[in-house]
Amino acid sequence: MPLDPLPLDAWHRANGARMVPFAGYEMPIQYSGTNGGIVAEHNWTRDSASLFDVSHMGQLGLVGPDGDVAAAAQALEALVPGDISQLSEGRMRYSLLLNEAGGVLDDLIITNTGKSIAMVVNGAVKWDDIAHLREHLADEITLTHYADNALLALQGPKAADVLEGLVPDAGALIFMTSGLFQWGEAALWVSRSGYTGEDGFEIAIPAQHVEAFANALTSDDRVNPAGLGARDSLRLEAGLPLYGHDLSEDTNPVSAGLKFALSKSRREMPADGSAWMGQEPVMAAFETGPRQRRIGLSLEGRMPAREGAEVFAGDVKVGTVTSGGFSPTLGQPIAMAYVDVEHAKKGTALEIEVRGKRLPAAVTSMPFVPHKYYRGS
Amino acid sequence: MPRYFTDEHEWIDIEGDSATVGITDYAQEQLGDIVFVELPDVGAALDKGGDAAVVESVKAASDVYAPITGEVTEGNGALEDEPALVNTSPEEDGWFFRMTIGDTSELEGLMDDKAYKAFIDGL
Repeated sequence: MPLDPLPLDAWHRANGARMVPFAGYEMPIQYSGTNGGIVAEHNWTRDSASLFDVSHMGQLGLVGPDGDVAAAAQALEALVPGDISQLSEGRMRYSLLLNEAGGVLDDLIITNTGKSIAMVVNGAVKWDDIAHLREHLADEITLTHYADNALLALQGPKAADVLEGLVPDAGALIFMTSGLFQWGEAALWVSRSGYTGEDGFEIAIPAQHVEAFANALTSDDRVNPAGLGARDSLRLEAGLPLYGHDLSEDTNPVSAGLKFALSKSRREMPADGSAWMGQEPVMAAFETGPRQRRIGLSLEGRMPAREGAEVFAGDVKVGTVTSGGFSPTLGQPIAMAYVDVEHAKKGTALEIEVRGKRLPAAVTSMPFVPHKYYRGS
Repeated sequence: MPRYFTDEHEWIDIEGDSATVGITDYAQEQLGDIVFVELPDVGAALDKGGDAAVVESVKAASDVYAPITGEVTEGNGALEDEPALVNTSPEEDGWFFRMTIGDTSELEGLMDDKAYKAFIDGL
């Protein structure tokens, strides 16, 4: 299958990006030049502000009959464990699409835009998500795929000041809220959110305006472009799971440490048969406790452990690494793994096997690097 | 001192009956920031084309292959403290290991610098 170009494809190449196939698109993994490279881009994000193109992600919207947002919220609640009906306009929530067995089909951000229930889903599974939603939502619920929208992420401690200069008042948003803004002729949907652990924004913008907007952002000396490589090392330090690696159809949200995504008001089995898909097995795991848990591991030495590496307590295999790499911020290798709950306690000494060698590692609380979300002054 | 190249982007310098091996500037550029290099033990017997070392970037682990058959005589200890030498000086200070030359005829199949340049220009 030929790879689709993203709306910013030419812009990435002009900025020295190395493009790689990802989620069916050609995407920038890193940029060249003095500010380029995964570590430089990573550090720039932690110190200043970086622009990421995440247009591969799926931007979807739901409305009920005659544009009824409440009907869409209620319909979606059949497929996710979060309280969507109570989301007020502009609010966002992290949630999960689950299958009947309670496995994770995708993780997503759900927003009440006031005009629709909007979703941002992972690029690699967006077509499956669309098929799943269409299969299980009533015909009267309209699902729109905003395929002509680009999505940018501006992340880092200087992101708010930079964006404020172009889009006045966007800096007034607090973490996990969003709103409609105008930049010249372009309507922007701006969310204070991201995938790096830093303060920052995700900005949905019509594709025809995205290049001009990207130029406006990067003409600010505080902003450099950053690629998928830095995005991955940043989110790993932030302890955020990556779908397809740390989450999958074989992962239970309780095991994944995502209990917070199971809204309290929706945990009890409803008598009227309106349970969310997967509720019974997920709540069973919630009650009895999972067999394994997703944990963080700090490795001694400099050799990283990668996805698939086995985790040992003495001679016994107790788990598997699902994401691993070198943390530029901490200057040491870190990993996420699923391990048996008996070995999941913070401080537990374990070993990871890499190419026949055993690397000492300690169970560490996540995030590895503290989050710096803006929750209001 | 003749230098040869492999199509896996290793370079090999020949000095008498000893060879020094590293990865090329092109290779380090492709790999990005190097955070760890796993070198073969001194005394390890290497086969031409077989695994010799592993180089870890932030993103991934990549194998480095033996350009020729021989025995490892020395590893570059400087890479232990400063793996980034592979990025900053890939074809000099960032060398990986030294080895004996098991069979000089194996050198004939390798590229010289001109051939290697043409090879990477075609990639």
